[in-house]
Amino acid sequence: MARRRSRRPGSMWRSTLLACLALGAASAVAQDARKSGFAYMGPDTQAMQKDDLANPGMLSALDGEALWNAPAGASGKSCASCHGDATASMKGVAARYPAYEATHNAPVDLAGRINLCREGNQQAPALPRESREAIGLATYIGQQSRGLSIAPPDDPRLTPFHEQGKALYTQRMGQLNFSCAQCHDENAGGHLGAAPIPQAHPTGYPLYRLEWQATGSLQRRFRNCMAGVRAEPYSYGSPEFIALELYLMDRAKGMAVETPAVRP
Amino acid sequence: MRALVMFLAFLPGAASAQALAPYVIEHGEIRASLTGKAGDPARGRAIVGERQKGLCLLCHSGPFPEERFQGDLAPTLNGVGARMSEGEIRLRMVDGGKVNPQTIMPAYYRVDGLTRVAPALRGKPVLNAQEIEDVVAYLLTLKDGGAPGRMK
Ligand code: HEC
Ligand code: HEC
Ligand code: HEC
Repeated sequence: MARRRSRRPGSMWRSTLLACLALGAASAVAQDARKSGFAYMGPDTQAMQKDDLANPGMLSALDGEALWNAPAGASGKSCASCHGDATASMKGVAARYPAYEATHNAPVDLAGRINLCREGNQQAPALPRESREAIGLATYIGQQSRGLSIAPPDDPRLTPFHEQGKALYTQRMGQLNFSCAQCHDENAGGHLGAAPIPQAHPTGYPLYRLEWQATGSLQRRFRNCMAGVRAEPYSYGSPEFIALELYLMDRAKGMAVETPAVRP
Repeated sequence: MRALVMFLAFLPGAASAQALAPYVIEHGEIRASLTGKAGDPARGRAIVGERQKGLCLLCHSGPFPEERFQGDLAPTLNGVGARMSEGEIRLRMVDGGKVNPQTIMPAYYRVDGLTRVAPALRGKPVLNAQEIEDVVAYLLTLKDGGAPGRMK
């Protein structure tokens, strides 16, 4: 770190960050230096996120709202039949996932929780990950937490999974041999070619990514970063991705949910 | 925005799964050419300048006026041929981790000790021995501009 510090002039927050690292602060991204990926975007992309009429992610939320109210499966029930008005019943829910699921002895992510209801309660087939339906429902439920603080459950059963996520985050991988932390903690704010490196906060998901031309999940984003370092990505819904998601949610505790955000 | 996609793209067949050429590290240098011959600086410049291949400009800047977006995560390549010896540059290219274990610079000529490498790339270095030599030859021509450690 010292070697690099002498090399780079650094913006003010970055010097603060380095100072914190030097002091051995527990988290590499100091609490007060945390910034959503929103802060690294150009004004056009920011404007697109802020204007609900321009934000393409809102179309996914509308898909989700329609599904919420549509009866499905052998039960003939809709999500609304049991949960009522999502704007009330789902408020704050996305802000505290992944959560521990006792029947699995493991955490589930929101997409997994929705499928538990699809299969168990609606008696309908699980929605494939990243399908328009799965993303729609997750976006609609996520939207009900917009503006609320990320509030991971204070559940000691999650601790080992948090530790697993942290280990994955700091593990070097791929032909290019990078860890997530090397980009998102140690070099956040720098540029990889033209792209600013954000701090990898999970605040906006599912979100509309211009490069995807679609709304996608946090795990889709993980897969992009893993492919970028020429690693074999984990699969959707894998224990590894749920652990990483859990770690990132803990790391972003208190930051505001932006779902559906827009990213380049 | 496309940086990671560029990271991903690679030229198939560029690096083959053959065994790596042996080399000796002494006093922070790999003195002998990996191919036994000097590289071609013109080909080396093309590798360094081509993001999909060398990836260098994702992190470094250098004398590439045609490349608008250059990285700011590493010292400039300007003047590197004046401040480093041929053997030091070769070691830095082959496996920079031998110089600085914390470095973010990928090891360009290493296949062991890596985790979860994409199946199609397993056992293959980022650049082959010829390409390493071409890059070394090119970097040695960069004699001026940029004090050591300067960012841009
Ligand atoms: C080589 C550097 C690099 C590595 C390694 C890397 N990322 Fe990224 N990541 C980026 C860049 C650059 C972006 C922004 C991409 C863009 O804007 O096009 C990004 C974006 C993200 C985002 C989106 C943040 C937002 O605001 O929506 C998340 C989340 C993320 N990365 C997580 C990870 C995880 C988890 C890992 C490890 C498995 C990882 N990244 C590894 C460079 C990296
Ligand atoms: C037959 C009733 C029923 C139906 C239909 C149903 N759910 Fe549920 N859902 C529940 C119950 C009960 C729970 C509480 C957890 C449990 O015991 O499974 C729950 C929990 C949830 C949770 C977690 C809430 C939290 O506070 O952690 C989410 C999210 C959810 N359901 C979404 C959905 C969605 C989306 C649908 C439609 C695809 C749906 N549910 C359909 C009964 C239902
Ligand atoms: C992911 C970022 C990254 C990439 C890609 C990268 N480097 Fe580096 N490189 C660095 C960093 C950071 C340093 C600073 C030294 C360290 O980290 O130990 C460095 C150091 C060097 C040095 C030593 C310079 C000095 O003044 O000490 C040379 C030479 C070099 N790189 C050449 C290259 C070449 C040629 C390529 C492309 C084939 C390349 N690098 C690709 C990050 C990178």
